[in-house]
Amino acid sequence: MIYIAILTVAMLIAGLAAYFFRDLIAAVVACAAVSLIASVLFYLLQAPDVAMAEAAIGAGLTTAIFVIAIRKTGRYEK
Amino acid sequence: MRAFVSFSVLALIVVGLALSLSHVPFGKDRMQVANYYLDHGVADTGATNLVTAVVLNYRALDTLGEVTVLFIASLGLGVFLSWPKKKEGTQEEGKRELPEASLIVRRGSQFLFPLIILFGGYIFLHGHLTPGGGFQGGSVIASAFLLMFLGNNAYRLRHTPLTVTESLAGITFVVVGLIGLGVGGYFLNNFLPKGSMFSLFSAGVIPILYSAIGLKVGAELSGIVANMFESRSER
Amino acid sequence: MTTGNPMMYVGAVGLIMIGLFTVLSKRNLIKIIVGLTLLDTGVNLLLVAIGYIHNRTAPILTQAHADPSKMVDPVPQALVLTAIVIGLGVTALALALAIRVYGHYKTLDTRKIRGLKW
Repeated sequence: MIYIAILTVAMLIAGLAAYFFRDLIAAVVACAAVSLIASVLFYLLQAPDVAMAEAAIGAGLTTAIFVIAIRKTGRYEK
Repeated sequence: MRAFVSFSVLALIVVGLALSLSHVPFGKDRMQVANYYLDHGVADTGATNLVTAVVLNYRALDTLGEVTVLFIASLGLGVFLSWPKKKEGTQEEGKRELPEASLIVRRGSQFLFPLIILFGGYIFLHGHLTPGGGFQGGSVIASAFLLMFLGNNAYRLRHTPLTVTESLAGITFVVVGLIGLGVGGYFLNNFLPKGSMFSLFSAGVIPILYSAIGLKVGAELSGIVANMFESRSER
Repeated sequence: MTTGNPMMYVGAVGLIMIGLFTVLSKRNLIKIIVGLTLLDTGVNLLLVAIGYIHNRTAPILTQAHADPSKMVDPVPQALVLTAIVIGLGVTALALALAIRVYGHYKTLDTRKIRGLKW
C-alpha cells in the first residue's frame, strides 16, 4: 500500500510540473511521466490490459506527437 | 479576473464531484452485470481474458463504434494537415532540417523494426488468452513505425498499403458481424465453435475480430504519426 | 469503507483538478491540450479505481478452475481500454488544429487569436 501512496504523490508532482513549466517540451515530458506512473498504478489496480495500452499510448505515442507538433510551432510559452 | 473565474468553476466542480463520489460504494461488491460476465463469460464466449469477452462479445457493437470514432479522428487529422495544398520545394526543405542520425541508431532501429511488429502481432493474436489485444497490439505496431521515423531521416511511409490494410480490416469486422446476423440471428453473433480453453484457436470469432481491430488501429495510428511527420513546418 | 487505498481516489481527482485548471487558466494552445491529456488520464484512473476491490485478482483466467468470485470488475477496464485509444486520436486531431492555427495567426496565444478570447 505504501507503494501506491508514493506513486500517487509522484504522479501529482509530475502533473503540477506539467502545469508550471514554461518550456513546452519539459511540460510534455512531465505529462509522459504522469502517464507512465498511471500505467504502473493500473497494473497495481489489477488491470493489466489497461496498463499495456496506457504504457504504449500515453507514454509513447502521445509524447511523440506532442514533440512533433511543438517542433512545427513554437517551443516556449510566453 | 480570469484566475478568479477559473478557481470558482474549479471549486464548483470539486464540490459536485465530492458530493456525487461520496454516494458511490467504492470497493464494495461488483455490479450484477459484472457478476454475470464473470460467472458466465468463459462458458458464453470461450475467451479466458474476460476483458476481451466484454469488449468483443457482450459489447462488440460499442467497439465497432469506437473504432469508427478513431477512424474519423485520423481522417480529420489527414484533412487538416494536408489542406491547403503544399507547394513544391517546401517539402524538400522540411525534410533536411535535422542532421542524419548515427549509424548505430539507424541500423539499430532497422534491426528492431520487424521484431516490434512481430511482438505487436503476438499481442493481438493472443488477446483472448493473455493480457493484451487489438488496441494494445495496434499501438505497439504504430510505435515500431515511430521508431523508424525517428531513426531514419529519409524514411517515408507509403500510404496506399496502409489505407488498403485499414479498409480490409474494417470490412472484415463488419462482414463477420453480418455473417453472425445471417447464421445466428443477431449482429456479431459468435457463430464459430468455441474450441478448448487456453488454445490459440478457441473463442470462435474473437481472434478474427481482434486481429482485424489490431491491424486497423495499427494502420490508423501509423497514419497519424506519418501525417504529423510529413506535414510542413509552419515556422 | 472496505477499500484498501483511498490514496487512489485522491490521485485521480487531483489529476482531474490539475488538468481542468490547466485548461481553464493557461493561454497557450499546446498547454491547453497537455491539460486535456492530464484530465483524460485522471478520468481513466478514477474509473478503474471504482472497479477495484481489495485482495482480488485481474479478470483473466490462468487455470481452468480459477474462481471467478475472486476477480475485480471487468466492465470499467473494458471501457477505459477503448477510451485511452480514442484519447490519442482526439489529442492528435487537436494538435493538427493547433498547427493550422499557428500557420494562420503565427501565434498560439489565445488572447491574440480572434474568436478564441474569453
